[in-house]
Amino acid sequence: MFSVMPQSETAVRLRGLRKEFGTVTAVDGVDLDVQDGEFFAMLGPSGSGKTTVLRMIAGFETPTAGSVELGGRDVTRLAPFERDVNTVFQDYALFPHMSVLDNVEYGLRVKKVRRAERRERALDALRSVRLEGMEGRRPGQLSGGQRQRVALARALVNRPRVLLLDEPLGALDLKLREEMQVELKALQREVGITFLFVTHDQEEALTMSDRVAVFGHGRIEQVGTPAEIYERPASAFVAGFVGTSNLVSGEAARAVLGRDGTFSIRPEKLRVVLDASDAGPAPDVGSDEHAAAGTVAEVVYAGPATRFVVDLDAGGRLIALQQNLQVSSMDVTGLRGARVRLVWQRRHEFAITS
Amino acid sequence: MSAQAAEAAGFRRGLAAFLHRRPWVRLSLLLSAPLLWLGVAYLGALAALFVTAFWTTDTFTGELVRTFTWANFRDLLTGEVYRTITLRSVGVALAVTVIDLAIAFPVAFAMAKVASPRSRRWLVIAVLTPLWASYLVKAYAWRVMLSSGGLLGWGFGLTATVLTLAYLWLPYMILPIYAGLERLPDSLLEAAGDLGARAGRVFRTVVWPLAFPAVIAGSIFTFSLSLGDYIAVKIVGGKSQLIGNVVYDNIGAANNLPFAAAVATVPVVIMLVYLAAVRRTGALENL
Repeated sequence: MFSVMPQSETAVRLRGLRKEFGTVTAVDGVDLDVQDGEFFAMLGPSGSGKTTVLRMIAGFETPTAGSVELGGRDVTRLAPFERDVNTVFQDYALFPHMSVLDNVEYGLRVKKVRRAERRERALDALRSVRLEGMEGRRPGQLSGGQRQRVALARALVNRPRVLLLDEPLGALDLKLREEMQVELKALQREVGITFLFVTHDQEEALTMSDRVAVFGHGRIEQVGTPAEIYERPASAFVAGFVGTSNLVSGEAARAVLGRDGTFSIRPEKLRVVLDASDAGPAPDVGSDEHAAAGTVAEVVYAGPATRFVVDLDAGGRLIALQQNLQVSSMDVTGLRGARVRLVWQRRHEFAITS
Repeated sequence: MSAQAAEAAGFRRGLAAFLHRRPWVRLSLLLSAPLLWLGVAYLGALAALFVTAFWTTDTFTGELVRTFTWANFRDLLTGEVYRTITLRSVGVALAVTVIDLAIAFPVAFAMAKVASPRSRRWLVIAVLTPLWASYLVKAYAWRVMLSSGGLLGWGFGLTATVLTLAYLWLPYMILPIYAGLERLPDSLLEAAGDLGARAGRVFRTVVWPLAFPAVIAGSIFTFSLSLGDYIAVKIVGGKSQLIGNVVYDNIGAANNLPFAAAVATVPVVIMLVYLAAVRRTGALENL
């Protein structure tokens, strides 16, 4: 190919997006750029405005203020049928009175694609979600996972510029959800379409996406790669929502870290060392490490790992996650009330700004 | 607790346990009263009607002659006037149904999909309120409006009858369609729009097919109620006669109960044909 590779373009651009429902502000000034071909997650608790943002991109809601651009074209005031996006709905929204094939062909029929081509593309799409042979069934005759795939095929067959997914795996059970996570990712790589999906499940967002926007109270708290979001949370909200947050602040921060402010440390970065003495740093604490003495308040054995809830002598409480490399439940559950020392590398402490 | 009270409590617990172990007894206790009503009062009366239709009255004494004869049905089928009245009644019932559907669908759609929860409540009340007023009062209100010098002043006749009946039965069309549309998830309409369909196509391919069973349910009400009506046509119909009038006149003035019964089977048969036709569309399975 001698054609010049196009520069990575912006598939979705949101500027100053606001949405008010009566006196409630659901979305409070959102700016966001999603690149072409990205697998992008909008992560946040319910009521954080992420679904409303998705609905404004799809055209189901009109913004109170701000703009929505798709591929450089302002679509803020356009109806859903005038936008080059397709949506996978949380409840799948399959047409119950049509066969699987008719469902998938719906968008092509609207666009007056010739019958033969329509059939071919629909069957292709069904094959890509591994539903060949199901085209004659009604949605009511399918399992939840199969319906989900039909919804995907029905949206993808139109080759939209952006595919919007609203909690696409929310209604599936855990096993199926984990399978679909892998499959969705593979599918996205295969079709090369920008996927923009909404989820409240942090694990889903971290495992599937190229980048994540964390939503809270109608605003974007942080945008970044999963590692950035997890390792360097920009705010206490992000630290608390993504993963388990260990915050050290005030008196405890001065005593343990020798600094003022609020700091976050992830539970798996902490090492639990059994400790009998109360005085002085333990011999195995290196110069690049910090340590804090405390008492084990709770021990939770969780199969592959054990969670220790430790009350620090300096005040505050930290949770430490330890791989069960050698120990078993019998060994760890007896540790409640034991004196321990938590040790961690300094580079794993992060100052939280707000 | 006194010994008596304890005994009563024990008995109740024993009874509850007995019923819990025997679902059949439980079910028959629940259903016996309604089944008795349905069996004796409802189906019994209907059976009596059919039996009567095969009797005659003695023209001199006016007494019932309880011998089987097809005479009533022969008169009914060969009489030109009865055929005309039957066709006219079906025409009126159809017109009422079509008018009610045309008015009810947008109203029901607005109630189910457009209105805010608050205005939805008001709309439901507005639809139900006319049902609280007496049928006669409403019919006479239309008579006043239609009479020359009235608000509309269009005069009386079949058109007036259709208008009045359409008004009377409108809630029976709105409510089933409203219930049907409310069950229709908003996401289906959004999905159709998302796939490129404009409002007209969304209606044609998604809303109408899924609301169709509800439309049928409503049409059964408006059609059968119109087919059996004889009061509205007396009040605003001028000289027009419908099946109901023939029944009424044969019971009253002509004192010919058997012939009235035979005439009364006509709407029943028409409704059965209608239901059979509807059944073929599969709409009743989703009712």
